[in-house]
Amino acid sequence: MTDTQTISPEVAREHWSRSRNLMIITLIVWAIFGYAIHYFVDQLNQIVIFGFPMGWYMGAQGSLIVFVILIFWFAHRQNKIDEELGLAEDSD
Amino acid sequence: MASGDFTSNLGRVYSMYTGGFAAFVILLAVLEQVGLPDAVIGYLFVFFTIAVYAGIGIISRTMQVSEYYVAGRRVPAFYNGMATAADWMSAASFIAMAGGLYARGYDYMAFILGWTGGYVLVATLIAPYLRKFGAYTVPDFLGSRYGGNIARFIGIVVLFCCSFTYIVGQITGTGLIASRFLGIPFEVAVFVGLVGILVCSMMGGMRAVTWTQVAQYIVLIIAYLIPVVILSAQQTGVPLPQIMYGQVLQQIQELEQTAPALQAVEGVQEAARPFLQTPQTFTERFNFIALIICLMIGTASLPHVLMRFFTTPSVKAARRSVGWALFFIFLLYFTAPAYASFAKLEVYQNVLGSDVSTLEAIQQLPQWIFIYGGVELVSICGQHAVDAQTVFAACQAAGIETLLYSQFSIAADTVVIATPEIAGLPYVIAGLVAAGGLAAALSTADGLLLAIANALSHDIYYRMIDPKASTARRLVVARILLIIVAVLGAIVAGTRPGGILALVAWAFSLAAAGLFPALVMGVWWKRTTSVGAICGMLAGFGVTLFYLVGTRYFDMPLWFGVSNISAGLFGIPVGFIVTYVVSLMTPAPSQEMQDFVDELRIPRGPTLMAETKSTQKAS
Repeated sequence: MTDTQTISPEVAREHWSRSRNLMIITLIVWAIFGYAIHYFVDQLNQIVIFGFPMGWYMGAQGSLIVFVILIFWFAHRQNKIDEELGLAEDSD
Repeated sequence: MASGDFTSNLGRVYSMYTGGFAAFVILLAVLEQVGLPDAVIGYLFVFFTIAVYAGIGIISRTMQVSEYYVAGRRVPAFYNGMATAADWMSAASFIAMAGGLYARGYDYMAFILGWTGGYVLVATLIAPYLRKFGAYTVPDFLGSRYGGNIARFIGIVVLFCCSFTYIVGQITGTGLIASRFLGIPFEVAVFVGLVGILVCSMMGGMRAVTWTQVAQYIVLIIAYLIPVVILSAQQTGVPLPQIMYGQVLQQIQELEQTAPALQAVEGVQEAARPFLQTPQTFTERFNFIALIICLMIGTASLPHVLMRFFTTPSVKAARRSVGWALFFIFLLYFTAPAYASFAKLEVYQNVLGSDVSTLEAIQQLPQWIFIYGGVELVSICGQHAVDAQTVFAACQAAGIETLLYSQFSIAADTVVIATPEIAGLPYVIAGLVAAGGLAAALSTADGLLLAIANALSHDIYYRMIDPKASTARRLVVARILLIIVAVLGAIVAGTRPGGILALVAWAFSLAAAGLFPALVMGVWWKRTTSVGAICGMLAGFGVTLFYLVGTRYFDMPLWFGVSNISAGLFGIPVGFIVTYVVSLMTPAPSQEMQDFVDELRIPRGPTLMAETKSTQKAS
């Protein structure tokens, strides 16, 4: 618990508001690729690449790839926020 | 200390392990060519892999509390990702997913999306904060954040409801695979599976389960990829099934238009449902999305998954390891539709429309039909396709000369298992697939077993009954409870409880409604009070259970057409709203609790859970 005393409330507030914004952006991307685009599967299926109708492709692969990249991107950004405000862990 | 060396040498250890496994498969392939019987190959696969897992389990034995519950928090992000992937992917993912896609086409895509997208929620909303807290179990967090044993106990009840049915399913899976490949009765095979599960978990708890799960992931992913990669190379010339099946989708669509066996026949069959058929009505689309929502939020709330992220060395590593976990899951999930498509094309091209009017013609059908007909997984003209004679008699009796799609049926589980035979591969590949399925079922069963037994030993025994218990005593109790839960699971599985297995699908909605609001709001809204969270958990879980039981057993009409499996769609918002409203009606949490939440949000600093220094530090 000794650590909180050395962190000023301003820094903590700044950290949390940036973390929260990052969370919101991440979840917007997640919602688009998790739900929104699959509602338009019939329209997407009009486009065919490599034999894949795009609506099918997004469900079978596209959204999954976006999720994987999204999590690594999120982890990287959140880590940056922690480091810039001096709130990251000392070592990994 | 030995395990320090072990963690720094992980890359080498697991490369050698993978190489050893490949050499083992090649050796068996050679032995098969010189005449080793199939049954012996099956035995060697089952016993060799279980022996290796047991070896890892015994090497990883421990007498330290933090090693037993969270693997000493030393599991690097990459390996924790692999372990989580094995923990997550069950016999259902390994075998049933491709089968579900084969049978239901695009509709089944909701499962693929739901079971992957949930990890984004885990990474952003939950895992890093639970890791910072330093929990051993999920109820442990609820108990500390919502001050007391009521929240802890409700957490345990929800955990038990979701995890126990799930573990019965996994033990059934191990029993089915073991019985088929060892040729022993199912009731006995269940206990072979039980031994396989216990040797991995009993001596070393989370530490042993972690390192066996990594080993099991390697086996299961190799076993999943090899048959379909070879099949793709055979049929398209390129060993990349995930890309090449685009062509297959085109061929399937074309055959659906042109093949006579798939068209409507007056008084006999309607036209076959297109493989790529998308939801058309509003209710169908709505249910598709609703199912994705419930599965995603459920994934992010299942205790045996969340618990894996307590084992990383840091908060930073916890976040990254969610990314690795999803990457390793993705490798299997994006291959599943390829399996389904290749199988579909095989059936459309080489089976349907075949002449079944003479015995000679029937003998020309692909051989895998009779192999799996013999174990009652393939039926033609309403009879199991045991051999050509049976099929001939059945089709003669039914007056059928050309095989139409409505006269051919294949159990969904067959798609992955039969691919080696469809591709005409030697039996050793079929044995490999069985070893992979076994690894998938065992690794998930281990994770679930630990989640349940640890909640009982840590939360109920240590936190609620005897907080002064010594380390040695806690670990003895933990192991006894582990065995009791495992044996109980095996006994229930041994009775072949069809009804219980159907309930596995409920776990997602129940976990989502019962745990998700309390976990998320506990971190993201400081004002959440204990009473609010307790009421929210009870209300969310209660509404979901009411809808599930009501619609399934008491003919309750569906609300707004939402299907039974998506019951969480009501429970989740109820959980959030009740937590919010009741929290506002009750006094704000103490300053101490608010500071605790502040601390939770900052990666820097030690974990918050009080565990005596001597057990935290490894000797």
